[in-house]
Amino acid sequence: MNHKEYLSRHVQEIKPSGIRKFFDLANEMEGVISLGVGEPDFDTPWHIREAAIYSIESGKTFYTANQGLLELRKEICRYQKRRFHLDYDPIKNVVVTCGGSEAIDIALRAVVDPGDEVILLQPCYVAYEPGVQLAGAIPKFIELKEENHFKLTAAELEAAITDKTKAMLINFPSNPTGGMMNYDDYKELVPIIKKHNLIVISDEIYAELSYDDAFCSPANFPEIKDQVIVISGFSKAFAMTGWRLGYLCAHEVFAMAMNKIHQYIIMSAPSAAQYGAIEGLRHGDQHVAEMKEAYRQRRNYIVKGFNRIGLPTHMPEGAFYIFPCIKPTGLTSDEFCEELLKEQKVACVPGTAFGQAGEGYIRVSYAYSIEEIRAALARIEIFMKKYQKEKA
Amino acid sequence: MEEQVILSLLEKNARMSTRDLADILLADEESVIHTMDELEKNKIICGYHTVINWDKANQERVMAMIEVGVTPEREFGYDRVASNIYRFPEVDTMYLMSGKSEFIVIIYGKTMQEISNFVGAKLACIEHVKSTVTLFVLKQYKMNGVVFDEESKPDERLIMTP
Repeated sequence: MNHKEYLSRHVQEIKPSGIRKFFDLANEMEGVISLGVGEPDFDTPWHIREAAIYSIESGKTFYTANQGLLELRKEICRYQKRRFHLDYDPIKNVVVTCGGSEAIDIALRAVVDPGDEVILLQPCYVAYEPGVQLAGAIPKFIELKEENHFKLTAAELEAAITDKTKAMLINFPSNPTGGMMNYDDYKELVPIIKKHNLIVISDEIYAELSYDDAFCSPANFPEIKDQVIVISGFSKAFAMTGWRLGYLCAHEVFAMAMNKIHQYIIMSAPSAAQYGAIEGLRHGDQHVAEMKEAYRQRRNYIVKGFNRIGLPTHMPEGAFYIFPCIKPTGLTSDEFCEELLKEQKVACVPGTAFGQAGEGYIRVSYAYSIEEIRAALARIEIFMKKYQKEKA
Repeated sequence: MEEQVILSLLEKNARMSTRDLADILLADEESVIHTMDELEKNKIICGYHTVINWDKANQERVMAMIEVGVTPEREFGYDRVASNIYRFPEVDTMYLMSGKSEFIVIIYGKTMQEISNFVGAKLACIEHVKSTVTLFVLKQYKMNGVVFDEESKPDERLIMTP
């Protein structure tokens, strides 16, 4: 039996992850310094862990409401209001999911039909394109430019919209570029989004990690708020990646439709994680602020370091990634990452793992201590010197 | 802002280089050196000490916390009697406290005997000192945010994730 023939067309069409090859290579090597990780290096704050442990000890280990514990949804609404000035109702507008990943999946599945087009901004997070494909829709890409600091412009958006366009999936601050849209940037897009009745799925998982301008959501604009599905979660800001807890906020009709999918595929998000998250939202603002400050310091440090060793790197406004340009070496992103890994044992992710628009760039995470970043920079400097000498 | 960041970084790592500090602050190295000089001159930075686990250093060393009860003095309050206590080099750290006793005094010595001698012969005899309670430290678990017995744990994260 040729098993491959039996795989669904959707699954066959999905390209293998561009990270896999490097993961396998790096995993087999000794003494690798990795700058390739997309999650915080901080432990989940102890008070959150303690609250989750207590919930288990107290026997709170049953399914919760499909939408998530009402207490948690209330805290999410208070948090969104307190931090980002967004008003949502815990009963009508919020669904607690298994990480932002599930939220992306059910948001797409709730709003698109086969043949619909969904606009994606490249370079973008690896799961978006497969997510659109699995929902039966067609991904349409806008290539964001470094000279625009990887922001989306009104002209780019207008040019990408066709009569089949149903939705746009965006992510600011962005993985992998660290790019961010502020209030003025969105203001240019709002009339276009309104005119075309575009649904905006806004992945705001890095919202807390906005270092310069205040974070702005497209849902902050009243005229399009009902068209926006806000996705957020606890992984990045609260250092809770392994807990798999995220959430969606949207217009009631969207929220209930997404909850319909969620209840059949997941039932409810893990109970202990939900109790931990309640504690995090109630008493965690200070920890979130401290981690953000540490990331901000590391961002400055690593951007300075990369520019000094000859890899031009723009200062990202958010998230915990830099997106250095490796074009001066004459290598492709893939070659650069492979040679750097083999010669100096430093692991980075090629920009092309995030779409063809990432060619000429690499993604470097700074979710590492200053000491680790310093050690990695020293190795990359040796690599660059050798390279520059060979070229000369 | 810049001062606060320098202070919080040096508090955690007094050996951080001025170049690293400058990169973190997006400043030039000279301005960091200048700010640190000012902080030292104004006694905001009072020293660059090291966190040492003496239990592991094979050296006899005993630490005691002494609750000291005193009567305040007209015009001077607690400050003059405090200075009569802290000018002994044996006194490492000293605080004015709320609660039952007025001061907490932290003392290091080679042996318990040495500390007892100091308390009996020197500290308790100071004018206006009413009482002392000596508490010997048996084991130190954590100091300045550092857990002493904790193994440095490996990075549990996958080597590469999207």
